[in-house]
Amino acid sequence: MSTIQEAANTAEFPLFIPFIMAGDPTPEATVDTALALQEAGAHILELGIPYSDPLADGPVIQAAAIRALKGGMTLSNALDLIPQMREKGVTIPIVVFTYYNPLLQLGVEGFSATAAEKGANGLLVPDLPLEESDEVKEAANRHDLSLISLVAPTSKERVDRIVEQAEGFLYIVSSLGVTGSRDAFHEQTHSFVEEVTQKAQVPAAVGFGVSKPEHVRALKGKTDGVIVGSAIVSLMGKLTNELKGEEHERKQALGEVKKFVHQLIAE
Amino acid sequence: MTKTYPDSKGRYGDFGGKFVPETLMAALEELEAAFEKAWNDESFQHEYKEMLREYAGRMTPLTFADRLTRETGGAKIYLKREDLLHTGAHKLNNAVGQALLAKRMGKEKIVAETGAGQHGVATATVAAKLGLECKVFMGEEDMRRQALNVFRMELLGAEVVPAESGSKTLKDATNEAIRYWVTHVDDTFYLIGSVVGPHPYPRIVRDFQRVIGEETKEQITEHEGRVPDAAVACVGGGSNAMGMFAPFLTDEVKLYGAEAAGKGMNTVQHAASINRGRPGVIHGSLTYLIQDEAGQIIEPYSISAGLDYPGIGPEHAHLAATERVTYEGVTDKEALAALKKLSETEGILPAIESAHALHLAIEVAGQMERDQVVVVNLSGRGDKDVETIRTAFKEEGEAE
Repeated sequence: MSTIQEAANTAEFPLFIPFIMAGDPTPEATVDTALALQEAGAHILELGIPYSDPLADGPVIQAAAIRALKGGMTLSNALDLIPQMREKGVTIPIVVFTYYNPLLQLGVEGFSATAAEKGANGLLVPDLPLEESDEVKEAANRHDLSLISLVAPTSKERVDRIVEQAEGFLYIVSSLGVTGSRDAFHEQTHSFVEEVTQKAQVPAAVGFGVSKPEHVRALKGKTDGVIVGSAIVSLMGKLTNELKGEEHERKQALGEVKKFVHQLIAE
Repeated sequence: MTKTYPDSKGRYGDFGGKFVPETLMAALEELEAAFEKAWNDESFQHEYKEMLREYAGRMTPLTFADRLTRETGGAKIYLKREDLLHTGAHKLNNAVGQALLAKRMGKEKIVAETGAGQHGVATATVAAKLGLECKVFMGEEDMRRQALNVFRMELLGAEVVPAESGSKTLKDATNEAIRYWVTHVDDTFYLIGSVVGPHPYPRIVRDFQRVIGEETKEQITEHEGRVPDAAVACVGGGSNAMGMFAPFLTDEVKLYGAEAAGKGMNTVQHAASINRGRPGVIHGSLTYLIQDEAGQIIEPYSISAGLDYPGIGPEHAHLAATERVTYEGVTDKEALAALKKLSETEGILPAIESAHALHLAIEVAGQMERDQVVVVNLSGRGDKDVETIRTAFKEEGEAE
């Protein structure tokens, strides 16, 4: 069983998977945020790689990517942050979240070898659907990395095929659209989530728009966990200056991030 | 026997595919099935061809450029006159085809991206004619540069939405259109403007544009009793070129694509994806891409707003890799000179995009025998470019 699945299996609801953007606002802040999120109860961390053309992302993640790119963050540089996180005490599994092109430029095999060596546990590529994923999955698995699969509300007949090969955890896209906050989820969302979770052979978590305590509460009993990206990234965007500042300022800012997480996942 | 492309995975050799979020996969499958069915349905073909004939103004002439030929002193040059099509460019062929397909699929709303505005205008035009709701994403920067086309689209009843992300140009307008489509995929048809994007789009757009090459083949056979020795077209995303090339791929015809070399192939200001790019993924397709070492997409440059796309249709990438088509860079300056020459010798003001093809055609014809034949796709007319041309000639004059 993969490290990711182990972590997901042992988590009580909600299995909490935060997303942060590598290099937003600085590499140091990213490392510290990873630790803060673990302390706040994260079971798995998604480490986002900034990309110039993030098709699946809404304005919040796009803006974070721009901030990170301005600081010179790349896929290779982001992988280098993982050993620093480990050194600081981050023990939870780390999933590298990258669009396909940066990965392709690094080389599928080269990326997998390096990511594993640096201490990553998985990989999520939002623009790599099942049909295109064979090569990446083989390379990732050779290096004990799980390739995380996504299921969307439009997946329909595709759900079975996706679920069957899913590893680590299953990412359920809550609703149509790009990443970012949604006020509320439709009734349909909940039945879709429940249905997919029941089919899943690995723990399932819901992402895209999960940003409020009531969203999380409403998912209890229907799925295993939540993935929270834009809400955290947006808060960090507001705290950019503090996160770039002296250690005590950074600490205070991260305190706010932790507080937000506590409220979000507290039952 | 040559293989037919795309294959079942939507690949053209090593290129193409479907690199999109899972949310869109079912829609692409649905689109592929609907297109396949429509394309092989006589009633659809009839409807499409009738609209091209009665509304768009096909067939377009194949004009022998006698004075240009004499001045060039080589092969005979023929011009395929897509500039005479309704709305002024080849873009309408594809917009008509896809809009009819949307209607057939029961979608009443269409969304499109546009760079300079030509595809946006073509889409808004067809949407008006067929009574569809139309939203066009356009980079904020392009909206400023092409304010008149924004107004044209609005006159036609379309809503123009500024794309404010990234570099605020065609690439970002396409990102925004795809993001919008992801959000409204259940009732909206995405009407893409070139042979780019995820499978099956490159194939659909090629097949809705192949009427250009099919007519050319028929017309040149009437004039010359045979296929041409060479055919030339400009490539941005590459739809007019694919339309021209497709029917000639298995013939003994040399094919040439003109890429925008901007300020020069050895500068950073160009849009020469094939000659200066590396394989990468853009807008759901694996193709040659202008990008930095880490795989971030670089904003291309060309004087022609219709050619400055950082990628290229995946079938072109395949035709380049297999050396079936020769792709050459043509600079802003060379294109402008060709534009002036055609205006003066033939009384035709071509679009700056088409002037790139024209420059390459003149070069190619100049090295051929007088009894040989070159056709060049004059993909659009230059009325939209008059202001740009005037500014460019003024700057050139001042520099000299």
